[in-house]
Amino acid sequence: MEPFTSLRALAAPLPGANIDTDIIVPARFLTITSKQGLGRHAFAEWRLEGNFVLDEPQYEGAQILVAGANFGCGSSREHAAWALADLGIRAIVAPSFGEIFRANALRNGLLPITLGDSEWRRVLAAAKAGDCVAIDLASQQIGLHDETSIAFALSDQERVALLNGWDEIDGIRVRYGTATAEFEARQRAAAPWLWEKDLPHE
Amino acid sequence: MAMTLYDKLWQAHVVADEGDGVALLYIDRMLIHEVSSPQAFAGLAERGLRPHRPATHLAVADHAVPTRNRANIADPRAREQIALLAANCAATGIEFLGIDDPRQGIVHVIGPEQGFTLPGTTLVCGDSHSATHGAFGALAFGIGTSEIECVLATQVLRQKRARTLRVTIDGVLSPAVSAKDTILALIGEIGASGAVGCAIEYAGSAVRAMSMEARMTLCNMTIEAGARIGLVAPDETTFTYLDGRPRSPVPLPRTAWRALASDDDARFDREVTLDATLIAPMVTWGTSPDQVAPVTGAVPSDADARPLAYMGLERGQRLEGLAVDRVFVGSCTNGRIEDLRAAAGVIGNHRVAAGVEAIVVPGSGLVKRQAEAEGLDRRFLAAGFEWREPGCSLCVAMNDDRLAPGQRCASTSNRNFEGRQGIGARTHLMSPMMATAAALAGRIVDVREWVG
Repeated sequence: MEPFTSLRALAAPLPGANIDTDIIVPARFLTITSKQGLGRHAFAEWRLEGNFVLDEPQYEGAQILVAGANFGCGSSREHAAWALADLGIRAIVAPSFGEIFRANALRNGLLPITLGDSEWRRVLAAAKAGDCVAIDLASQQIGLHDETSIAFALSDQERVALLNGWDEIDGIRVRYGTATAEFEARQRAAAPWLWEKDLPHE
Repeated sequence: MAMTLYDKLWQAHVVADEGDGVALLYIDRMLIHEVSSPQAFAGLAERGLRPHRPATHLAVADHAVPTRNRANIADPRAREQIALLAANCAATGIEFLGIDDPRQGIVHVIGPEQGFTLPGTTLVCGDSHSATHGAFGALAFGIGTSEIECVLATQVLRQKRARTLRVTIDGVLSPAVSAKDTILALIGEIGASGAVGCAIEYAGSAVRAMSMEARMTLCNMTIEAGARIGLVAPDETTFTYLDGRPRSPVPLPRTAWRALASDDDARFDREVTLDATLIAPMVTWGTSPDQVAPVTGAVPSDADARPLAYMGLERGQRLEGLAVDRVFVGSCTNGRIEDLRAAAGVIGNHRVAAGVEAIVVPGSGLVKRQAEAEGLDRRFLAAGFEWREPGCSLCVAMNDDRLAPGQRCASTSNRNFEGRQGIGARTHLMSPMMATAAALAGRIVDVREWVG
């Protein structure tokens, strides 16, 4: 996973609530079996309609999205996170996120920032004005053009993993292999039906 | 310390507590389908790993499968994606129900059918409607592809503990008002992001009275309320359903499963109550599942402009009488045998209205066979419905079942999002009885009057 440390970039405003992963990557592109190249299908329907914010010259090179509440709700498709990353997006600022999308984002080096309403509106205003926004993950601060800053919070585990670009699976295998084996031994004794009946009985 | 059902399921699966409400949870079962798994299998192979416990997984193709002409899948990418799942399963020792297997069907229909979904387990799938399986008192939730890879490789997932929300539904539902109407009413009440960060437990006399299939419908659309997890405590209804299923334990561990219920004095972070007697047949009018109203109602006077333009509706417009072009009965929400029985029960001597294309897509091969044994297929066919092969079909529009731009569909699926049933498609979510009545009338009608 690509580490996320700090970023100073244009922020594109996409403030409507409940932008779902069907909008971010329509289902007809889901027969693709690779993670690469999905950016060209991102927001396909909205781009067809024209006037889509990421296609406006003003927002060329935007790496931050300021999105509305419940961004990424709906289908669990990780293609949504892959597509945004493929477009060069590194951080999304929203009042709330679809939970599966948020987990997918974190596993692909995308920083999801949840803000309260008034703070979110300040970042949205900066995006609409075309100001650059600075995000520093180590100090968990968003810097605005007027030199003010806004604090955001991520759990320690999430922050450290993103800062280091850690591979979660390798980390779990190294740190928790023994704990997993111990859990399995306990469960095998306590709930044998979960172990004896794994295969259908004839 | 009094515990909720969610607390008990969580605590029983903690492999390691990392603090801050974050833990590594052991995953007992994973369902796999063709869309969210290819990159996970590829990642596993790149690491040089094999699945940690292949026998804990069950795979099936459902999203991209056609609902007719299955011998030769026309779309080459869909054909390759399904073949890739078969190959990945063969290479890793995971059981795969192929397209010609009588048990093939929608992943959330086949899991319970096979007794793969069990109370007290953790169950995941790369599909947000995995919440369905919570109907059995399983901690079930949708995950992304990276998480599938993690479960294959390690059998654990890092998760943050959710807050708990109890939704108590007391009273008796009116005839012709179903679990689908109940969950749509709840989403209308709390909003599409109303339960973000929560695990919902459904309780109350109306829930206790529901069949397993109705409970699955209720839990299925929990994700549309913003929560990843919906739960119903297991009881005699659950045990009766599971007894004798191919993968069910023999005998059922009833004592252990009964102990999963929330303690009487357990505290929930939030409580919401619904009065079942006040719930009417519900219809969505917009492009988010919380844009919903009783069928006797109208588009709100303060509705947003964008969904109205997309749906071709106006503020204040009545929902009853709205003409439909297509009808879809099926999906992981409403593709089970009881759904098809309820739909068929509305037909009477009527026929599908002229100009309406109506399809019935059973949730699985076993549902299809059961329906045919009961003669439901003949009733649908005689009335002018098409009777298809099982799959996700017109819910996700990944196969060749999709709407043309501007077409209006009465659908028993779970999402009315922009573009969900095809580019420019207009979806009105409703129950199987309501969708069937719409097919026969050619317009949205109140099924209570239609059958009455």
